[in-house]
Amino acid sequence: MIERTPVLNIATHAILAAGLIALALPIYLVFVASTQTLAEVTAIPSRLLPSDQFFVNVKAAWITADFGTKFVNSMILAVGVVTGKVVLSAITAFGIVFFDHRMRMPVFWLVFITLMLPLEVRIVPTYAVAANALSPFQAMLDWSGLTWLIEKATSIRVSMEWNLLNSYTGLILPLVATATGTFLYRQFFLTVPDELVEAAKMDGAGPLRFLREVLIPLSVTNIAALATIMFVYSWNQYLWPLLITTDPNYGVVAVELGRLVPDSSSTGGGIPNWHIAMAGTLIVMVPPIIVVIFMQRWFVRGLISADK
Amino acid sequence: MSDITIRDVRKSYAGTEVVHGVNLDIRHGEFIVMLGPSGCGKSTLLRMIAGLEEITSGEVQIGDRVVNRLEPRERNCAMVFQNYALYPHMTVANNIGYALKVAGMKKAERLEKVAAVAQTVGLGEFLDRKPGQLSGGQRQRVAMARAIIREPGVFLFDEPLSNLDAKLRVQMRHEIRRIHNRIGATSVFVTHDQVEGMTLADRLVIMNRGTIEQVGTPQEVYDRPASTYVAGFIGSPAMNFLPATLAEGPVLWLATGERVDLRGVMEMPRGLAPRAMLQLGLRPERLRIGPVGSGAMDVRFEFAEELGSGRLYHLRHEDVPVTVVSETKQTLREGEPVGLTLLPGAVHLFYGETGRRIETTLRSSVNERVSA
Repeated sequence: MIERTPVLNIATHAILAAGLIALALPIYLVFVASTQTLAEVTAIPSRLLPSDQFFVNVKAAWITADFGTKFVNSMILAVGVVTGKVVLSAITAFGIVFFDHRMRMPVFWLVFITLMLPLEVRIVPTYAVAANALSPFQAMLDWSGLTWLIEKATSIRVSMEWNLLNSYTGLILPLVATATGTFLYRQFFLTVPDELVEAAKMDGAGPLRFLREVLIPLSVTNIAALATIMFVYSWNQYLWPLLITTDPNYGVVAVELGRLVPDSSSTGGGIPNWHIAMAGTLIVMVPPIIVVIFMQRWFVRGLISADK
Repeated sequence: MSDITIRDVRKSYAGTEVVHGVNLDIRHGEFIVMLGPSGCGKSTLLRMIAGLEEITSGEVQIGDRVVNRLEPRERNCAMVFQNYALYPHMTVANNIGYALKVAGMKKAERLEKVAAVAQTVGLGEFLDRKPGQLSGGQRQRVAMARAIIREPGVFLFDEPLSNLDAKLRVQMRHEIRRIHNRIGATSVFVTHDQVEGMTLADRLVIMNRGTIEQVGTPQEVYDRPASTYVAGFIGSPAMNFLPATLAEGPVLWLATGERVDLRGVMEMPRGLAPRAMLQLGLRPERLRIGPVGSGAMDVRFEFAEELGSGRLYHLRHEDVPVTVVSETKQTLREGEPVGLTLLPGAVHLFYGETGRRIETTLRSSVNERVSA
């Protein structure tokens, strides 16, 4: 029901405008702060007009935070996570939707449950696994008594270790598993008519061929939508990289940005470099914005999936 | 050779049987139409031949191979689907040639074949289009071409014409028959449209509730329907049925107490119990309207529908509606009583309980009426 009366039009536009201001005002303040000098940014009352120090601050932020390295790292992390998610969730959804087997619903629910266990909840065990990716297998060997048996027989103590701390693998892998992506694909796969699957069978295409040559080309818009969401998600990762990387060569932008923001621990009551922190914020925002603008057309189409 | 032999094939879904032991022999090069209402198991049977549906029990043989355990692609069948099932992201050429690509044919050779097949179905100029840019009829042709290019032993059609408008449907029907004649493969065509069935089939297979009611040429099925079900399904408008009891010889009592003497029309088989419950089936196009008392029974006129070439008369025998198709046009008043004359081939008798046909011997038509 859409009514068009002047009063309603004005009211809806007022709400829209209020929403726009609520969204844009903080970004504007960030921009204003990033153009000011230290004196200006700390002045009370705050100045709400831009000044002329923008490029100076940006340069300062870039050097202070060593964004050159961090950008590369974040890009590796984001692209790795996006690729992993796009591939893994496609295969998972393919298995759940197109194969009629006994494990279909259990697997579906297993994936579903991971929605309730985000990384923040399982961060301690995940860290333990990342510290030694083979520890679950070691534990299995220990519990089953195989370690003991092998030690008795050969006097070699089995001790497996694969450390993922301070590595790209360790940064990427725990973030790859995704229920959201699996659902997005599943919903799309469910709309693929059965006859199309059967036509492919009659044409002699096996399951993997069908996935590669029919399903994937049909889901490009879905892939674009998923990739966009997940790029922003992984670009903004903070907690996991903070925990797993101690080597600054593996640091990512979000963590580094956190260090730019002045608080009592980082400044020690020293200089509150808000203008530098805000300039850094703007720099960090650029890649996700570019991705979203570039993918916007596909992104919307993929989520409403009108185009078949 | 691609004979198809179906032996005692059954299909159950979660314990519920939907196809109950079907036996059918299809000869090489034959055009078989499986006809029945939705839910009668005809599509399931077709899909079991194709290999898209598992066979619960029984055996399907194509050529000299039992194909129960074979993958669809190994069965030498091609299928045309109701919704065409074209790959939306591929061009027409790629859609037609996909099976060959999967089979590993070289690109140059493939494109040559695609062009040749597209020419035969009149798609030559559309090869670079996507299915979304084609009309319904053109999509249907792409689906046909996709089946033809594989040169299969068996063509399977799953209601391929039901999404087309009436005119196009007739046109595609002719085209399917033409292609069948030219290629000479075995064709199995599933439909619920009796006109499609009658016009296309070498032999009709009429299915009802998971069993075959009758197999025969369209003429046989029309002339000697095996049951009230087939009789009511084949022929337009549908056959009229009047419940009756057997008196003696070919003399019946209708439910109204009226006596119908068929002595001049047919001879009854021996061994029918007297007073047996029967269904008297009357073909609308083999009935004529005459003056009261002139025919085999009297009926009341209700209304008529104009067909252009003739008229469809709606009559009533007590509570039972009776339709008559006739080229002679008469103006009748509502409620006016008229006599019903039976032409040769008008009368079919069926057992009241089972609905099976009672085989009778036809005699030359004499419409003698013996009043009770």
